[in-house]
Amino acid sequence: MKRRTLQISSLHAALLLGAVVTLTPLAWMVSASLMPAGDANVFPPRFLPRKITFEHYVALFTRLDLARHFMNSVVVTVTATVLSVILNGLAGYAFAKLVFPGREKLFRALTLALVIPSQVGMLPLFLLLREMGFVNTYAGVIVPYLASVLGIFMVRQYVVGVPDDLLHAARVDGAGEFRLFWSVVVPVIQPILVTLAAFTFLSAWNDFMWPLIVLSDDQNYTLPVALANLVGEHVLDTELMMAGSVLTILPALLVFLVFQRAYVRGILAGSVKG
Amino acid sequence: MSTAVERRQARVAGLFFGPAVLLIGVFFFVPVCIGLLLSLTDFDLYAIGAREAARFVGLRNYADMLANPVFWTALRNTLYFVLVGTPLSVLVSLVGALLLNAKLVRYRSFFRTVYFVPVVTTLVAVSIVWRYLYHPRYGLVNHALGWFDLGPVDWLGDPHWSMPGIIFLSVWKNFGYNMLIFIAGLQNIPEERYEAAAIDGAGAWRRFRHVTLPGLAPIFLFVGVTTMIGSFQIFAEPYVMTQGGPLRSTTSLVLFMYEEGFRWWRMGVAAAIAFLLFLLTFAWTLVQLRLQQGKR
Repeated sequence: MKRRTLQISSLHAALLLGAVVTLTPLAWMVSASLMPAGDANVFPPRFLPRKITFEHYVALFTRLDLARHFMNSVVVTVTATVLSVILNGLAGYAFAKLVFPGREKLFRALTLALVIPSQVGMLPLFLLLREMGFVNTYAGVIVPYLASVLGIFMVRQYVVGVPDDLLHAARVDGAGEFRLFWSVVVPVIQPILVTLAAFTFLSAWNDFMWPLIVLSDDQNYTLPVALANLVGEHVLDTELMMAGSVLTILPALLVFLVFQRAYVRGILAGSVKG
Repeated sequence: MSTAVERRQARVAGLFFGPAVLLIGVFFFVPVCIGLLLSLTDFDLYAIGAREAARFVGLRNYADMLANPVFWTALRNTLYFVLVGTPLSVLVSLVGALLLNAKLVRYRSFFRTVYFVPVVTTLVAVSIVWRYLYHPRYGLVNHALGWFDLGPVDWLGDPHWSMPGIIFLSVWKNFGYNMLIFIAGLQNIPEERYEAAAIDGAGAWRRFRHVTLPGLAPIFLFVGVTTMIGSFQIFAEPYVMTQGGPLRSTTSLVLFMYEEGFRWWRMGVAAAIAFLLFLLTFAWTLVQLRLQQGKR
């Protein structure tokens, strides 16, 4: 009995230590963002604010116009998410349930994309979009997020599990393929569409390299690019930079906490079976 | 199923998969192919203005790249990051998963969520946060080391410590992801195997060694390959934290490619680096798959 108590407490001590180490950087970020200017640069370092101030958040939205970049990120991310769910949802369903010539071959060709790092296509994609006049536009940022092999894969895996009888019944009733998709398939596969939406949202919101490349005018920067740009001029304004980091991370964190279940399902769908 | 239905499906199927496949083709496969061609030209700032200015130069970009000492530094740094960072990260994920999967754990989902939170944070933002945490004088990391009479370490200013610094950040950022996959893997190991081992008198360590580890073998392969592919692409951390320094100690292949391509507009050279990155990841994946198959 005693040994068991010892086990339980040492296990939880280890877990708690891990949790503290994991959360400390983020907790310090929030705490430093609330400190008066200069207070995060003292020796020995201070963990909690001496006095709480919101001046840095105010500065972000007034002096630095970060609201603009916040909106850029929102527009890019939301558009990418909606379109990606539609496009990958339709395609994933087709590869799982529609009969058409060359289906397996096409699908196998697509999975080739999984072994090619996305950076390989980035430079030429930049040149291509430049020719098309998409450089420095929202459309240019969104384009690579729209259709993804992983997204199609995820939906396909899920749709394969939908019973064929369900589809047959609707076809016998004379439903066209699109109405069938919309009114029979979508309600059934809704969980995986939510998963896909959460995935796309987080990866588009957090992405850095592609928007950095394709956006040349700093008015159009998404939040992560604007933040990386800001640290160049304001590297000594620790508290201000921490407020900017909080602003950038918070939406991603909220979306994750709300859609946690769906998001985790996506990770497991992509791994354990694959 | 009647053939009339199949024919109708074949007709409309294109409308379902077409848009997505077309987008992936035009905006991924076509650029990859163009990239290969681009790597054989001297495409530069002038060619961006007028494409005709680019000339075919054969393998010269590859030769130039191999003759450039910065390339070798970037390759060495990237391999350092991959070879040290991947095992470390997988190990931390495994330990986290074993702790969370222990039968006696209470508040399991709370801890799981906490450990996972860094994964969904914005890489650029947490890189900036860690840049301050690593401050030699005001940073919390050195402060904590001070409790154990260690340090202070000039994390991002000392070329010997800059890469370890980036590795610790990325382990912190990423371990939660693989941890979830390990937890799923642990739950897939049938309970009877543990019971059988216990009846045979196997202690905790031998049960771990002979039941848990073999049971996780396919997971190790998946996690190893995906983590490694991701690690080869390291970019934002050095871009934000060190700009590749000090003394180029954190210049990664992708950062080198970015600089060649978008700072100096030497697109041909940058495309060659990108293509080499692809070959490297691809070869490495094959090697790992072989090694794992050989073991079985």
